[in-house]
Amino acid sequence: MAPLKQALVCTWMAASTALVATMATPFTVHAATPGDTLVQALQIDDIITLDPAELFEFSTAEIAGNTYERLFSYDYSDVSKVSGEVAESWAVSDDGKTFTFKIRAGKKFASGNPLTAEDVVFSLQRAVILDKSPAFIIGQLGFDKNNVKDRIKQTGPFEFTMELNQPYAPTFVLYCLTSPVASIVDKLLLTQHESDGDLGYHWLKTHYAGSGPFAIRDWKANEVVVLERNPNYEKKTPLQRVIYRHIKETATQRLLLEKGDVDISRNLSPEEIDAVSKNPDIKINEGAKSTIYYLGLNQKNPNLAKPEVREALRWLVDYGAITDTIMRYKGEIHQTFLPRGYLGALDSNPYHLDIAKAKGLLAKAGLADGFTVTMDTRSTPEITGIAQAIQATFAEAGVKLEIIPGDLKQTLTKYRSRQHDIFIGNWGSDYPDPNSNADVFAANEDNSDDAAAKPLAWRNSWDPGSLTGQTRAAVMESDPQKRAEMYEELQRAVLKDGPFVIFLQQTEVAAERKNVDGFVIGPSFDTNSFAQAKKN
Amino acid sequence: MAHLLVDGSKGHDALCYLAKLAQFVFVLATTLLGLVAVTFLIGRVVPIDPVLAIVGDRASPQIYARARQELGLDLPLVEQFWTYLKKAATGDFGNSVLTTNPVMADIANAFPATFELATLGTLVGMLLGIPLGVLAAVKRGSIIDHVVRLLGLAGYSIPVFWLGLMCLLLFYAKLEWVGGPGRIDVTYSYLYTPVTNIVLIDAAIQGQWEAFWDAVSHVILPACLLGYYSLAYISRMTRSFMLNELAQEYVIAARVKGLSELRVIWRHALRNAAVPLVTVVALSYANLLEGSVLTETVFAWPGLGQYMTNSLQNADMNAVLGGTIAIGTVFVLLNLVSDLLYRLLDPRTR
Repeated sequence: MAPLKQALVCTWMAASTALVATMATPFTVHAATPGDTLVQALQIDDIITLDPAELFEFSTAEIAGNTYERLFSYDYSDVSKVSGEVAESWAVSDDGKTFTFKIRAGKKFASGNPLTAEDVVFSLQRAVILDKSPAFIIGQLGFDKNNVKDRIKQTGPFEFTMELNQPYAPTFVLYCLTSPVASIVDKLLLTQHESDGDLGYHWLKTHYAGSGPFAIRDWKANEVVVLERNPNYEKKTPLQRVIYRHIKETATQRLLLEKGDVDISRNLSPEEIDAVSKNPDIKINEGAKSTIYYLGLNQKNPNLAKPEVREALRWLVDYGAITDTIMRYKGEIHQTFLPRGYLGALDSNPYHLDIAKAKGLLAKAGLADGFTVTMDTRSTPEITGIAQAIQATFAEAGVKLEIIPGDLKQTLTKYRSRQHDIFIGNWGSDYPDPNSNADVFAANEDNSDDAAAKPLAWRNSWDPGSLTGQTRAAVMESDPQKRAEMYEELQRAVLKDGPFVIFLQQTEVAAERKNVDGFVIGPSFDTNSFAQAKKN
Repeated sequence: MAHLLVDGSKGHDALCYLAKLAQFVFVLATTLLGLVAVTFLIGRVVPIDPVLAIVGDRASPQIYARARQELGLDLPLVEQFWTYLKKAATGDFGNSVLTTNPVMADIANAFPATFELATLGTLVGMLLGIPLGVLAAVKRGSIIDHVVRLLGLAGYSIPVFWLGLMCLLLFYAKLEWVGGPGRIDVTYSYLYTPVTNIVLIDAAIQGQWEAFWDAVSHVILPACLLGYYSLAYISRMTRSFMLNELAQEYVIAARVKGLSELRVIWRHALRNAAVPLVTVVALSYANLLEGSVLTETVFAWPGLGQYMTNSLQNADMNAVLGGTIAIGTVFVLLNLVSDLLYRLLDPRTR
């Protein structure tokens, strides 16, 4: 017994000593990522699928943009310039309903399979037939499960036609084809991985079948996504590998960047950006996004339903203070529903903080003493900060704003069932055509509780009256000049009377190591491009 | 739950063991059933729409309705619960909405990362906490006692989140002694093939020593941090158990008999204090095994804590239920182990 006990005590002491020694031993810490690999820290816990026919989240849209090709793309610095990517040329019939597309010959998928019109037709049909969340972007051209095989037809090895139900504006049609849902997928590969006639749906959720600059090599949920150079892409990427590391905590992202363990951090707060921008090894890269931040005012609330009150609230936001402090680096003042740079976008920002004017309007509405109202607020530092700033300025005119915190899914659940007073949130366009936003901010076919379509106007129980018809007419106008004027008019109407207080357009910021070059932050989620990024 | 296997029977025949086994299985099953029922109910009253998490904010009402039907959410609650139980009984816990994998495969993937951290943390806590607690009790009122009590108090009151970040700043950013957040550097992560999913073991088995040492440099800080919190708890409990024992008559008797102080403390007092300590260590281990949410967030550690948090935030009910069942099972098993050790250590229970 005694020797055993002695041995035990000795072992214990030795183990403890070893432990203390290990704690004090510096490891040779390996820093700096490999030269041909770009590593970034960002939050990628929103990924649920990698299939372009289904994906509709920020991070997956970006991944699709870097790994798949579409028929058309646009100039990131000027979205009004559309050009062919897989498409070589296009023509439209006299009645404006039949589009003929010629596609580039000699293209290849990452798998080595040739890319032909058969793949393009299959991809578009597949998106419509699967009918997942983003399918409406193609479907709105008049396609559904039953007619799509007759209306999108291959007419040659590198040619196909699309027959629309109405003569939409050609630019609108092309813009719809720039979105990730219109990505070209490898028909042969998906046919090999088909089960129960699912068009490869279950397989593609976690795999890759594209022809873009990079191929998806690996996705571990909540951990990492690895992209690798696609050897069959014409314009060889300078980087061999792009890695997305899921780092939820922004302070952790900052640390990793400052140590050189990641090359780019994507979710830093304004304070953190301020801090790292003083570091000589780090630079700040930014680009305007098409995302709009706004308050939605539910018209079911009798106070918010008064036009004077809606206008008063627009005079009760300190726009400049928000963009200078909480949203520094992250946005610019913007008050109309079309993002800057879009066809017909009005860059008119008539509102500013004016307490006296707001008080006058409230008195006119019979609310001289103000009123109490709640706001559903997503619990992120950013949104909470904006909400508190708005709360303070509202209070100056006697409007008592109660902030109800919740997470994104929670606040959205409430918003979508019209149970809020005020909702604070943001809206990113689905495709860079003005209809994308006009359709949600300025049109509402049916304001009843069980309506079939539920755009933002519906969520805020607002009947836009004649604006719905004007929105539908604008998408048919083939003369771009005229079309732009129609959207300007719609924006003015919503700005004056709509149930929205639009206050900012987002800027996306990435903090990068000095040696990173060529990462482009484009206007939409899917146009953050690594195709020409490199490390010097 | 405690003393589950304690009984007064003298005959240790097979029948008796069978009865105990049946009793254990019964306890496990009822515990899990209760857990699942409660979790199921909570999942239904949480103000998050699970369908929204799948189809996103832009889906048409038709797509929304179809997804709701696919999830079986259009059925009455009782029917949903029954369907779930029937499937679970055959070992099918459904697929996670977020990762599209079977839930148990996800958990099997995430658990090793947590297991690695929790085991190392508990080892640190035990190896340092018990001697410190004993020392504090023996030198009651001395400077050592005060230091140990202060350590315990700090471990009780400093948020792990803040301390974790501070440690990262100091040991990783400033001193560069350890690796940063994550389990292993990107450079090494493709050098070995995951077998057990415990990076340290996988890298060692495959002789990838560079990868192994890199993994060590990553795990050391979160493990020591969890170890410190576990140490704070264990040393505090050890101290109070020891004080309790040292005041007993048998200790006085032993001293009167002229036994050396060391022998009295280590041989007699600690041996008796060890009995309740086993439960303390097991509980602390169980706590760490549940996945330390905050630690895993700060250190970007892809374990059970992170998996469960993310599932909850997305109303991924299958994942949440599966995780609850896994954690419940671990808890019951650890309880059983501590009971068994109790019996081994405490002759009175035999």
